[in-house]
Amino acid sequence: MSEHYQNLSLANPEANELSGSQKLFLALGLTGLFILVLALVNVQFPYKAIWLLASIALILVGVIGYSRASYKSLPGIHNNGVFFKSMSGRGVWAWSLGVVLTALYVFLYWLPGYLGLGQDGAGNTGLVGFFDPLSYFLNGHAATQWFVYGTLYTLAILAFGYKFILKYRHNKYQVIRTISVMFFQLALAFLLPEILTKLNPTVPYFSKDIKNMWPLNYYFFEDWHLTAMLKGGNLGKWMLYFGLAMIFIGSPILTYFFGKRWYCSWVCGCGGLAETAGDPFRQLSSKKLSAWKFERWSVHFVLVFVVLMTIAVLYTFLSSDANSGFITREIFTWGMVILLSAIIATIWIFKRKSLDKDARYTMVSLGVIVVGTMVLNFSMNATNIFFIDSNLLRSVYGFLIGAAFSGVVGVGFYPLMGSRVWCRFGCPMAAILGLQQKLFSRFRITTNAGQCISCGNCSTYCEMGIDVRAYAQKGENIVRSSCVGCGICAAVCPRGVLKLENGDRSTRFEQDPIQINRDGISVID
Amino acid sequence: MTKQRDSATEHIVIIGNGIAGITCAREVRKKSAKRITVISGESEFFFSRTALMYVYMGHMKFDHIQPYEDNFWRKNRIELVQAWVKQIDPAAKKVELQNGTAISYDKLVIATGSQPNKTGVTGEQLKGVLGMYSKQDLEHLEELTGGCKHAVIVGGGLIGIELAEMLHSRKIGVTFIVRENGFWGSILPPEEAALINRHIREHGIDLRLATTVTDIAGDAAGRVSSVVTNTGERIDCQVVGLTTGVSPNIGVIENSGIHARKGVLVNTFLETNIKDIYAIGDCAEQTSAIGLRKPVEAVWYTGRIMGETLANTLCGERSEYAPGHWFNSAKFFDIEYQTYGWVFARPLEYEAQFFWQHPDGKKSLRFSFHRNTRKFLGVVSLGIRLRQEFFNAFLDQDHSIDTVIRYLRKANFDPEFYERHETVIQAAFKSKHQLHAQQV
Repeated sequence: MSEHYQNLSLANPEANELSGSQKLFLALGLTGLFILVLALVNVQFPYKAIWLLASIALILVGVIGYSRASYKSLPGIHNNGVFFKSMSGRGVWAWSLGVVLTALYVFLYWLPGYLGLGQDGAGNTGLVGFFDPLSYFLNGHAATQWFVYGTLYTLAILAFGYKFILKYRHNKYQVIRTISVMFFQLALAFLLPEILTKLNPTVPYFSKDIKNMWPLNYYFFEDWHLTAMLKGGNLGKWMLYFGLAMIFIGSPILTYFFGKRWYCSWVCGCGGLAETAGDPFRQLSSKKLSAWKFERWSVHFVLVFVVLMTIAVLYTFLSSDANSGFITREIFTWGMVILLSAIIATIWIFKRKSLDKDARYTMVSLGVIVVGTMVLNFSMNATNIFFIDSNLLRSVYGFLIGAAFSGVVGVGFYPLMGSRVWCRFGCPMAAILGLQQKLFSRFRITTNAGQCISCGNCSTYCEMGIDVRAYAQKGENIVRSSCVGCGICAAVCPRGVLKLENGDRSTRFEQDPIQINRDGISVID
Repeated sequence: MTKQRDSATEHIVIIGNGIAGITCAREVRKKSAKRITVISGESEFFFSRTALMYVYMGHMKFDHIQPYEDNFWRKNRIELVQAWVKQIDPAAKKVELQNGTAISYDKLVIATGSQPNKTGVTGEQLKGVLGMYSKQDLEHLEELTGGCKHAVIVGGGLIGIELAEMLHSRKIGVTFIVRENGFWGSILPPEEAALINRHIREHGIDLRLATTVTDIAGDAAGRVSSVVTNTGERIDCQVVGLTTGVSPNIGVIENSGIHARKGVLVNTFLETNIKDIYAIGDCAEQTSAIGLRKPVEAVWYTGRIMGETLANTLCGERSEYAPGHWFNSAKFFDIEYQTYGWVFARPLEYEAQFFWQHPDGKKSLRFSFHRNTRKFLGVVSLGIRLRQEFFNAFLDQDHSIDTVIRYLRKANFDPEFYERHETVIQAAFKSKHQLHAQQV
C-alpha cells in the first residue's frame, strides 16, 4: 500500500514544469550565485565592489521575480505539489542542497582558509576577499568568513521573506510576522552591529546584536566576552546590562504575555531563516512520538549543558579576577545555589502537575546533583566548580552544540529534516522559553470545538513536528513547550479550527466542552 | 452455537474503518477491555477520507492523512482485518468475508459509509468515468491523470468542487456541470452560491449552471471521449467525474434480514431491528428524522458523534444519539464555509434572514432568526471563521438575534490582525431590522 503511494508522490512531473518567467528569474538568481562561486575559486574581478553588488542584486531580483511568477494565482494556500517536487519532497535536489549547505558550514567553522580568509595576517582572497569592500564600508575592517555568512544570511531572509509574504499574502498574521523577522535580521542582527563596530573602532570585540540573548548566545558570560564588554566603554556596559535585563526581566515578561513566539518566530535570527528560506522544508519535520521523546531529552540536555558550562566559566572568571571589584566566588556560588534551588522549588510547588513524571524526576535529581557538586567543590576550594575544567566544557560545547549542532546540522539538514532541527532538538533558548510557555504563559492555540476533520494539514506543516491534529481532533487546546507560534497550522487548516490566542490562563488547558454536543459531556482521550 | 459471553470479554466487530467505526472502536477501548475487531477492505489503517484530495494535490502523502501511527492499533488492542465482507449471518452471529473466512461477533456495528450515486446516463460504465469517494477511487484517478487534458465534472456539490480543485491543481482543464442555478444550490442561499460561482470561475474553471449531461460517449477502446449536455453541446474530455451526491453503502446487509430503506434503519439508540446489530455513520438511516435533520446524514461530524454515542451503549450505558446543534464546514477553493444552526437556502415561513457581503465579494455572513420572536436560528459564513462555542451557547440559551449581533465581536475566530467587520455588520443589521433591546 505504502509503496503505491510512494510512486504516487513521484508521479506527474508536469506539475513542476517551470514557466518562462520562472526560468528567466531562476537564471538571474543563479548567475548571482555563480559570481560568488567564481570569487570563491579566486577569479579576480576588477571593481570588486560593483561585482559584489551585482551578485547580491541578481540574487535578490532572481528570488523576487521567481516568487512573483510562482504565486501569480489567487491568494490562498499554495501547497500544490509540495510532496511531488524534488526540492521540497526529499528528492535529488534536496539531497544535493543538503550536502552543499552542510559543506558550507564545515568550511565556515573549521576551514575558513578555503573560503579565502587571510591566514596569519595575510590579506583575504577568494570569497571572503570578495566581500572586503562591503565590510570596509559597513564596519571599517576587512571581511571575515562570518561577515560573508552574515551578509548572505541576511540576504536569504530578505529575499525568501519576500517570497513567504507573497505566498501568504492573504494572511495578515503571516505578513506582519515576516516583516518583523526581516526587520530584526537586517537592522539589529546585521546593520547595527556593523555600524556600531565602525563607530567604536578601538573597543575589543563583543556581541552587539541585542536580540541574540544568552543562552542562544552561549558565550555571553564567557570571560573574554565579559571582559570585552566591561572594557568596551559605555556601549559595552550598555550591552551587558541590556543583555542581563532581557534574560531575567524582558524575556519572561514577553513570554508570559505572548508565548515564546515573540522571540522564536518574530525576532530570532535562526527562526527568521527557518521561517523564510526554510519554509519550503517545514513539512519534513518528523511527527512521530519517538521524535517527540528524543526532542524532550536532547533539547533539555543542551539546556542543562549550557547552564553548567556558563556557571563553570563564570566561576573560573571570577576566581581569576578576584580584585576587579566584581562579585566574589563565594557570593556567586551561594547566589547560584539559591537561584537554582528557588527555580526548582517554584516549579515543584506550583507546577508539578503540568510536568510529566520523567520531567519531574529529571529536574529534581539534576538540581540535587548540580547544587551538591557546587557546594562540595566550593568547600574544597577547587578552581573548577564541576570537577571538570571549565575551558574544556566550553570548548566541547562550542564545538558540539555551537558549531556542529546549530550550524552544520541545524541549517545543513534543512532539506532533509525540516527547517527547525536546531530550534526543536538543540536550542537552549527555545528550551527555556518553552518551559515558561508551558508553565507560565497566556499563549495557547485554541481549537474550534468539533469542526476538525482530522485531515492532517496542521501536523504536516508544523515545522516543530507537533502532532497538532492529535489535539485538534479531540477539541483540546494546544499548549506545547515547543510551539513557536508561527501560525501556519491555523493558516493551512481547511476548516477554520485553529487560532493562536493570548488569553486568560485559567481556561488554557480546558478541553472544549462542545466537542460532543451531548449535554456538554466530553470524552477525553 | 452462540454462547453468551460475559460483557467484559465479548467480541465487538465493526465493519468499516471510517470515522464512525474507528471512533466507536477507540471509545469502546477507552471504556472497556472487550475484544474489538475492525474489518475494512478499503485500507489497512484508518485515514481521513476528507483529506484524500490533499494527497492528490501533493499537499500531503498518504501517511499524513492517517491520524494514528501504525502501531497505535496493536498498542490499543484493536484488531484490524483487511478484507471485504460478503454477508452477515445474524442467526449464527457471524460475518462472512469474501476471502472465505468468517468472524464471529457478540455485537456487530455496521459502519460501511457511502458510495457515489449513479446518474443513469448512458456511458457511465466507460473507462475514465469515476466517482470520488474511496481510496480506490483516488488510485483510479491517479491512473487516469496521465493522459488527461480535460475533465468534466457532473454534479455541483462538495465532492464536485473538491474534484475540480484536485484536477485543476494538476493543470487539467475542468468543465464543471451543475444542474442548479448556482453551486450547491440545495444548501447555499442564492447570494452565497453566486459568490462561490464567481470564485470557481476566477480559478479558470468552466462552470456551467442549469446544465445536465444527457450522454457520455466513448471511443473504440471503451474509454470516455466526450459528454453531451442538454443544450446539445459536446465537450471533449478524457475523465468524467460523477459527483451527484452519495448514498448509503449497504450491500453487506443483503439477505441478512436487517431492515433498510436508503440506509440501514436504526432507532435513536442506533439499534437495528436485529438485537446486537447496530449501524452508525453515513450508512445509517434514522427511522424518523431527528429535529430538522435528514434521516441519513453523510457528514464527518455526525459519524464521529454516532461512534461516540454507540460506544456508550456497547459498554453498558445505553445512550441516545443526540447530535446537538447542527454544524458543518467546507472549503471551496480558497473560501472557507462554516455554518451553525439552521439557515435554509429557501427560507422557511417563520424564518427571517439578514445577509451581509463584503465589498470584495469574498466574504459574507447570513443570520437566520424567527420573524416574530426574533430567536436566533443559525448562521452561514463564507471567508470568516466563527467560533462554534459562541453559537452553541447562544443556541442553547435561546438568545435573540439582537444579542448575537450585539456580541458579534466575540464570535470571530479569524487569525490575529485580520480585518474585522463587526461594526459594519452591526450597522447594516440595525438599518434593516433594528436592534431590539430585550432578549427572548
